[in-house]
Amino acid sequence: MRATVTVMLKQGVLDPQGEAVRHALGSLGFEGVEGVRQGKVIELDLTDGTTEAEVTEMCEKLLANTVIESYRVEMGA
Amino acid sequence: MKAAVIVFPGSNCDRDLAVAFEQAGFQVDMVWHKDSVLPEGADIVGIPGGFSFGDYLRCGAIAGQSPVMKAVGDHVNRGGYALGICNGFQVLCETGLLPGALMRNAGLKFICRMQTLTVTTSDSVFTRGYNAGAEISVPLAHHDGNYVIDDAGLAMLKDQDRIAFRYQGDPNGAVEGIAGVLSENRRVLGMMPHPERVVDPAHGGADGKALFSGLGAALVAA
Repeated sequence: MRATVTVMLKQGVLDPQGEAVRHALGSLGFEGVEGVRQGKVIELDLTDGTTEAEVTEMCEKLLANTVIESYRVEMGA
Repeated sequence: MKAAVIVFPGSNCDRDLAVAFEQAGFQVDMVWHKDSVLPEGADIVGIPGGFSFGDYLRCGAIAGQSPVMKAVGDHVNRGGYALGICNGFQVLCETGLLPGALMRNAGLKFICRMQTLTVTTSDSVFTRGYNAGAEISVPLAHHDGNYVIDDAGLAMLKDQDRIAFRYQGDPNGAVEGIAGVLSENRRVLGMMPHPERVVDPAHGGADGKALFSGLGAALVAA
């Protein structure tokens, strides 16, 4: 089974990389991009039966730094 | 007086840090990250700069989970001293031994140059060799030195006089120019600039020397 963890900077934490991407899109002529936030996606291949609670613990202990980042867990088949 | 300098795969300031400690009178042991105990009698643990584990996931995140960091946590919780420089500061934040986090520099560029700092407090074993308000010149070499902490945390650091150093100007976007912070018991210091790279005039400056000599003098008296 697979779990997908999406880690993003928390709302309110300035994201300098997202801001740079927004500027770059503007300079390429893409108008109307009002904001860009950049995060990361982590795919986990898990033994069947691994629980969402265990993946959440992985996020809390390592995959996200909860001082600045939030995370979302999606359990897949 | 004994210092233990931690070595992670990718550490590159470990030997410089060891030399700075030795100059100040410490006997230094290098400790590999897989060791789960610190050398007997270590007074202070030094966590050096570099790119531990290639900065994978987040700077300091993987190093923060290594066996030796459990021992460092126990050492700190017993009231032991610790000094984390650059990547070492990131490791200390990742493990929660210091508050806050270090994000990508606001200007996105790796910064490698001399930087003037203001010594914000002289009330610690690390900064007692300086006068509060003193200006010192210390090298920066980091990509992720943009210190962030929430408003409540910032108020706490200020109330408790735990900001050790501030940048003059705004090199990396760090909140209120914070370059280094102390733990609540003032025995753990994390800082992004590299004092161990300016402990000898041949380095082009010696403004970091007082940090190590002050530390040595404090611990020998303790």
